[in-house]
Amino acid sequence: MAHSTHHAPMPLGGKLVTPVTVTLAALAAIAGVILLVRLVFGLGAVTNINDGYPWGIWIAYDVVIGSAFACGGYSVALLVYIFNRGEYHPLVRPALLGSLFGYTLAGASVIFDLGRYWNFWHIFWPGYAQVNSVMFEVALCITLYIAVMWIEFSPAFLEKFGKPEQKKRLDRVMFVFIGLGALLPSMHQSSLGSLLVVFGNQVHPLWQTVLLPLIYLMTAITVGFALVIFESCLSAMGFKRPFELDILSRLSKVMWGMLVAYLVIRIGDLVARGAILRMFEFSIEALMFLIEMAFFIVPAVLLRKPEYRRQPAKLFVSAVCLLAGAFLLRINSFLVGYETGSGWHYFPSFPELMVTIGIIAIEILGYIVLVRFLPILPKTEGALAAATK
Amino acid sequence: MTSRRDFLKSALSGGALLAAGTAPAEARDNLPQPPDAIGLLYDSTLCIGCKACVSACKDSNQLPMEFSTEEHLWDTPLDLSGKTKNVIKMYKDGSGENKDQEKDGFAFMKVSCLHCNDPSCVSACPVSAMTKDPKTGVVGYDESICIGCRYCVAACPFGVPRFQYDTPFPKIVKCELCRHLKPGHEKYDTYQFSACAQVCPTGATLFGPVKALKAEAERRLALKAGEATTFPRGKLGGPDSYPGKAGAYLPRIYGDREVGGTQVLKLSAVPMEKLGMPKLPERSYASVSETMQHTLYGGLIAPIVVLGGLVAVARRNMKGEPDASGKPEQED
Repeated sequence: MAHSTHHAPMPLGGKLVTPVTVTLAALAAIAGVILLVRLVFGLGAVTNINDGYPWGIWIAYDVVIGSAFACGGYSVALLVYIFNRGEYHPLVRPALLGSLFGYTLAGASVIFDLGRYWNFWHIFWPGYAQVNSVMFEVALCITLYIAVMWIEFSPAFLEKFGKPEQKKRLDRVMFVFIGLGALLPSMHQSSLGSLLVVFGNQVHPLWQTVLLPLIYLMTAITVGFALVIFESCLSAMGFKRPFELDILSRLSKVMWGMLVAYLVIRIGDLVARGAILRMFEFSIEALMFLIEMAFFIVPAVLLRKPEYRRQPAKLFVSAVCLLAGAFLLRINSFLVGYETGSGWHYFPSFPELMVTIGIIAIEILGYIVLVRFLPILPKTEGALAAATK
Repeated sequence: MTSRRDFLKSALSGGALLAAGTAPAEARDNLPQPPDAIGLLYDSTLCIGCKACVSACKDSNQLPMEFSTEEHLWDTPLDLSGKTKNVIKMYKDGSGENKDQEKDGFAFMKVSCLHCNDPSCVSACPVSAMTKDPKTGVVGYDESICIGCRYCVAACPFGVPRFQYDTPFPKIVKCELCRHLKPGHEKYDTYQFSACAQVCPTGATLFGPVKALKAEAERRLALKAGEATTFPRGKLGGPDSYPGKAGAYLPRIYGDREVGGTQVLKLSAVPMEKLGMPKLPERSYASVSETMQHTLYGGLIAPIVVLGGLVAVARRNMKGEPDASGKPEQED
């Protein structure tokens, strides 16, 4: 497997203080202030969560969707190291960086959602840890994965700070962490769906199924590929880098295959359980289900032919659709399709939304800072030009 | 020696197994009720809606008042909450004239923890803050362990556990069947067993061993509507009882089978669903969830097998590859 055509990753360089980064930092600061209010006055002071919807967007978006949107590193690593598709190697580091931020922030933000956060360590403590709980599995697995990702990513730091010896030693055992990095997300991305199984009939039949773990896992992997395409498009525009059409169109083929398999399983499950007819109900649940499914079906149609997969516009639209579809699947199953009894309502409050937006801002800000500072994106002529400006 | 193909095969099949959960594992049945389980029998036809139980519950559990009227004169909770573990709700239809009638009638329902045999909250809790007593079967909560994740609040099919959203030091609030009432407790002089049952003037809420409560429920169901009988008050088998007339019971003990059975049983003359009690399957959701989890992760066998495969495959695929930095090795 010779891939001598790969350009080694290198820092982009460029200015750190720009209107974009300053705006992002301001959004992060606003979120910080709101979280301070939450710590002093309690969750009700800033969120709209209640006993009918005890989990709001800080769980459904920040953790469940946030970590799914951070599956780029997982999906690409799976492809490169497990399915031995070395041609995707240049995508590994940028994807991993996105994942690192997504997961680290998902893990950190959950602390603010915990009512009794000072006890959070109980979840890992023998004697307290409750192994039958799906949440125990999710928490342990995500924490381990965050650690594994920092290790997978550390060569970038070691290169930057000129520690070739340490890097060589780490590279020799890296396969262990790659293996873990492929296993752990498979476990917790599926378990994020499993969280809902114990809710029983409180989750609408369009989403409640014992196949939830598989449905969540498959959409996480698909969204991982979609995210790489999405980020490549954005970074091609934002950093004025060439569009990596060749590699992305091949990647989209894998993504398309996974998507079609997902649709077969998802619809097959609905038919087998007899729940499919519920989509014709006149209800917000049915409507949201149809929109969710449309976001999965449209890319399956758009990318059905090889020549379509070479059109950047189709690739980009499909990636955005898949992100929206995975987003809606999670919002629908955690919030829209959840009902614990009549009379409960939930829509995130403004401060609640601002915290989520602040977290997204930190993610984007961190990505921009690190790609300028560390060797992450593959070297290109465009990047060289940008760096020397 | 195992060939690379075998490694790949095992990794793939392991992954499929992990994802699809096809590993053969024994389904976990509903957990059985502890033989000495204690609980309550609530008879909606005996309830007069006086809410003495609501007041006594507040007093026994030393919970703050909650106001729903303009004048903050007395405790008027409308639902369970972070301040309230027990409420009486009312069903009303049409003119609402006749007690215990579905049409043009009204009926009461006690809303508090049912102490499931196989509770979703206990299965959901990631830190063993919610536990089921192996002897009494009481589902208890320990705030010193709780992390405040509210998975129990979301999981309970009856919507029982509640959370305190208005304080920086919140906890979960739910009925624990007054398990704190022990000699020495400051409230023990007033209440010696579940306060709601102890103060109930009509025996609509009755405390006792679940087996005996079920027998009592069956006895009532066997009576003809209006037939003269005796109703125990407070504690089943206790000294207090009074003569009364049997209600027009629907032939069903709610809680006997719901989600694997509960330790609070309910009788009524109006369909339970109308009184706000959900229609639930006999298989506990906890057993469905745990069967699935144990199928995937039982003894960590599947994850370890899959990890072995993944590590082996990753090692092979990384050989002669550009190193983790993306640099081809020959360039080093």
